[in-house]
Amino acid sequence: MSQASIATAQPTAAGYRTGGLHSLMRRRSTIAFLMCLPLLIIILGLVLYPAVYSMWLSMLNRRMTAFVGLNNFTFLLSRDTFQMVVMQSVFFAVTAVVLKAVIGFVLAHLMHNIPSGQQRIWRGLLLVPWVIPLAMSTLGWWWLFDPSYSAINWALTGIGLDPVPWLGATWWARISVILVNTWYGAPFFLIMYLAALKSVPEQLYEAAAIDGASAVQKLIYVTLPMMRNIISITVLFSLIITFANFDIVRILTNGGPQDQTHLFATYAFQVGIQSGDIPLGAAVSLFMFPLLAVFAYFTLRGVTQRSKEQM
Amino acid sequence: MSVTTADARTVARRPFGGSLHRQRMWALYGSYAALIVFVIFFLIPPFHMFITSFKTSAEVSSMTGNPWIVRNPTLSNYVELLTAPNFQLFFWNSAKIAVCVVALTMVISILAAFSLARMRFWGSTVLATGVFLTYLVPESLLFIPMFQITGALGLINNTWSMLLLFPTLSVPFCTWIMIGYFASIPKELDEAALIDGAGWMQMLLKIFIPVAMPGIIAATIFAFTVAWGAFLYPMAFLYSADQMVLTVGIVSELIRADVFQWGKIMAGCLMAAAPPVIIYAFLMDYYIAGLTAGATKG
Repeated sequence: MSQASIATAQPTAAGYRTGGLHSLMRRRSTIAFLMCLPLLIIILGLVLYPAVYSMWLSMLNRRMTAFVGLNNFTFLLSRDTFQMVVMQSVFFAVTAVVLKAVIGFVLAHLMHNIPSGQQRIWRGLLLVPWVIPLAMSTLGWWWLFDPSYSAINWALTGIGLDPVPWLGATWWARISVILVNTWYGAPFFLIMYLAALKSVPEQLYEAAAIDGASAVQKLIYVTLPMMRNIISITVLFSLIITFANFDIVRILTNGGPQDQTHLFATYAFQVGIQSGDIPLGAAVSLFMFPLLAVFAYFTLRGVTQRSKEQM
Repeated sequence: MSVTTADARTVARRPFGGSLHRQRMWALYGSYAALIVFVIFFLIPPFHMFITSFKTSAEVSSMTGNPWIVRNPTLSNYVELLTAPNFQLFFWNSAKIAVCVVALTMVISILAAFSLARMRFWGSTVLATGVFLTYLVPESLLFIPMFQITGALGLINNTWSMLLLFPTLSVPFCTWIMIGYFASIPKELDEAALIDGAGWMQMLLKIFIPVAMPGIIAATIFAFTVAWGAFLYPMAFLYSADQMVLTVGIVSELIRADVFQWGKIMAGCLMAAAPPVIIYAFLMDYYIAGLTAGATKG
C-alpha cells in the first residue's frame, strides 16, 4: 500500500524540484513519513498498543467481565509462589549475567592474545552455542541432565564423584538453568568485548607502557574505561534477555521442583495461557516492566553522558 | 626528558630480553590451553546430541555403558524423521514463515532506515529512539496481550499468525542496524545522485542498497535466526500439530510419547539447528558484524 503511494509520489517530487525549496522539503518529508509507515504501524500497533492493552487486561477479573483495579497485583504480591518467582528471576538474571560477563571478558582477552590469523577458527567454535536455536540446545541439555541416564553423572562417577540430581533438587535445578543460560549467552559477550578490545587504539597501551604501567594497571586504566560503553550496553541487552527468558526454564524444569525455578515468563505462561487466567498472567508479565525500565534508564543515561563527554 | 626515558627503557629491557620472550610464549600457550577448556565446555552439548542421534532406541533405553560413545551407529532416526509427514510439515511451516518474515522485515526496515537516516521529517529522531527502545522490549512482556489480540483476529492456532508476531522481534533491530549502515554512507554520494536527477527511490535502490549490502546480509541473517528459533510465541499460540513450527513441534510432539525416543529427539534438534548453523558457517563475518553493529551504535 505505502509502496504504491511512494511510487506515485516520486515523479511529482522530481517535477517540483524547480518549484521552490519549500515544496520540495514538504514532498520529501511526506515520502519519508510514508516510508516509515510500516515501521510505525508495527511499533504502535504491535508493541505499544499491546503494552497498554496489557495494563488494561491486568486490571480485569479472571473471566474478564469486571474491572478490579489493582487487585491482581496485590493478590500476586501476597502469594508465596509469586514472591519466590520475583526472587528467583532476580537471582537467575543477576547470577547468569555476571557469569556470562566474566566468562566473555576472559575469553575476549584470551582471543586477543592469540595471533589474529588463528582467531577466526576459535571464534567459530566458541560461537556455536549462540547459533543453535535455544529451544533445541536446551533439549540437548535436558538429555545430559536426564535423571536415570545422565551423561554428566556418568562422567562424574567415572572420576569418583557422587551423581548430582540436576533437575530434581531445588538448588541443583536453579544451578542447572543458570548453567545452561551461561553456556548459551557467554559467546555473545565474547563477540561484543572482542570488538571493543580491537577498537582500543594501540597508542594508549604504548603510552601506558612508557609510563611503566603493569598489565593490571593497563586493564584498569586503559581497557576498562575504553570499553565501558560497550560493557554497559551488552550487560543491558543480556540482562533484559536473561530476565525475560522463557525457553530454558520451560523445557528443562517447567518451573519445578515445586515451582521453585519459575521465572516471570514461565510463570506468566503457566498462569495466563495454561490455567487460562489471562488478566493474572498479564499482571505477572507487567511486573517485569518497572524492573527493566529502571535499569535501562540508568544504563542508557550513563552511556549517552559518556558519549557526550567524549565528543 | 624523552631521551632519559628512552635510555632507561633500553637499559631496563636488555637483561629481561630473553625471559620476556619466554613469558610471551607461556602467555600464548596458556591462552590456548584455556581456550581449549572453554571450547570443550561449549561443544559438549552439541557433541552429545550428535552422538545420541545415531543411537538406536534399544541402545539409549538400555542405559548401560558409556553414554559418550555410540556402539551401533544407525541413521534410522534421521530417516524416520525425514519420512514422517508431521516432521516434514513442521519443517515446511518453519521455512515458509521464516522466509516470509525475512522478506517482510527487510522491506519494512530498509525503507524505514533509509528515511530515518537520510530524509529527516517531523518526529524522525523520536522515532529512531523509539526503534531502539522497542528492540529492548522482550517478547515475554507482551505475549499475553498478543494472545488476546490474535484471538480477537481469529488467528490463534494458525501458523500465519507468526507473520504478525515475529516482525515485532526482528524489525526494530534490523531497522536499527540499517540506520547505522545507511548513516555511514558519505553524503557526497547522494548529492551526486541528486545532481544526476535520481529520485529517492532510485537513490535507495541504486546506491544505498548496493553500498550497504554487508549490513543487509547481517540484518537478513538476524531476521532469519529470530524467525527460525522463536519459541515462546509458537509455544503459546499454536497447539495443533498441523500448525506447529519446528521448535514447538519437536518439543511438544516428539516428547508427547510415553517413552522418550531420545535418539529421534536429538536428530530432530540437530536438523532444526542445521539451517542457522549452516548460514553461520558460511557467513560468520556478516553475522558478527551485525551483532556488534547493533550494540556499538547504541
